[in-house]
Amino acid sequence: MAANADVWEVFIQSKNGLAHKHVGNVHAADKVMALENARDLYTRRNEGSCIWVVKATDIISSESEDSEAFFDPSNDKMYRHPTFYNMPDGAKHI
Amino acid sequence: MNETIFQKRIDAEKKIEPKDWMPDGYRKHLIRQISQHAHSEVIGMQPEGNWISRAPTLRAKMILLAKVQDEAGHGLYLYSACETLGISREELIQQLHDEKAKYSSIFNYPTLSWADMGAIGWLVDGAAIVNQVSLQRTSYGPYSRGMIKICKEESFHQRQGYEIMAQMASGTAKQKEMAQDALNRFWWPSIMMFGPHDADSPRTGNAIKWKIKRQTNDELRQSFIDKTVEQAEVIGLEIPDPDLKWNEERGHYDFGEMDWEEFWNVVNGNGPCNKQRLAHHKKAHDDGAWVRDAAKAHAKKPKIAATN
Ligand SMILES: [Fe+2]
Ligand SMILES: [Fe+2]
Repeated sequence: MAANADVWEVFIQSKNGLAHKHVGNVHAADKVMALENARDLYTRRNEGSCIWVVKATDIISSESEDSEAFFDPSNDKMYRHPTFYNMPDGAKHI
Repeated sequence: MNETIFQKRIDAEKKIEPKDWMPDGYRKHLIRQISQHAHSEVIGMQPEGNWISRAPTLRAKMILLAKVQDEAGHGLYLYSACETLGISREELIQQLHDEKAKYSSIFNYPTLSWADMGAIGWLVDGAAIVNQVSLQRTSYGPYSRGMIKICKEESFHQRQGYEIMAQMASGTAKQKEMAQDALNRFWWPSIMMFGPHDADSPRTGNAIKWKIKRQTNDELRQSFIDKTVEQAEVIGLEIPDPDLKWNEERGHYDFGEMDWEEFWNVVNGNGPCNKQRLAHHKKAHDDGAWVRDAAKAHAKKPKIAATN
């Protein structure tokens, strides 16, 4: 039997203006088929206004085992959050 | 060591993702359970597909088509989830064809009348929903996300089935008889869909400890029965179990013992339609081989044109 079809990860924008969100994947021989399969599989009930498909092998992921070290540089910078700051009593709209 | 950390994450209700370390037994249990679930969705298209071309109205036909198409989608969501565990789609299909992987025995029963479309939607999808709602909280991330998507689509399935039963039960005497007959044939196989009693289900222990399953077979079965008894009363049909009785003390219905000999007989390949279901799946798969080959050949074409 011929080799496997490629796996394509599927991202759907549910409404104009929103970000594309990962929903799952499809198998397809090429990009046109990937888009059509994604449409048939993931948008049977008006779930989307736009679909992205990306070859699964083209996605680079951080390792969840290393996540502590990987995200460490931002962990100690509490001053990046608005709650870090002391506002004088009575100050409004800030 | 790894195993202790793993169990701690499970106990803390953290989801396990494909790249995370997991015990071999956990991976194996998931592959078996998810692939069985995927195969059930796909094989389950056959008994209903049997009535698409004979649906009594255009409305009924469109609904049944949409429902069967959803089941194909459910199969694909689940194959995707299973593939994240390091097994290919081809291997999964091969295991089904080699009878190494099972699918739900309920689909080895024939669909003899239109009323069976009602009974399947109401009871078989109904039982599947009880199981799938519980599995939304399963510990494996991709499986859990698949279940959430599937549950959103399932409620229409059960309602369309119940609508068919309600219509037939309030129709002519002959129609009501067909509805009752469908209920009689599908009731016991439906409540056996939850599997053997907990005491006879050796793998339940690990599955619960690892939070793959969140409720046991008997708990799920009881919850399905409790929901369904009243629905049968509302449409004037009778559940074929003389021992069915409300138990005030337990706050649940008591019910009669299932025929486990029949259950294992069908699981082991001797149900009325086992051979037919598998033969049909193999044939459809083989007949589609040229389409898969053509798609691949077509995908290669533009590249060759560009380099020339
Ligand atoms: Fe389904
Ligand atoms: Fe369904």
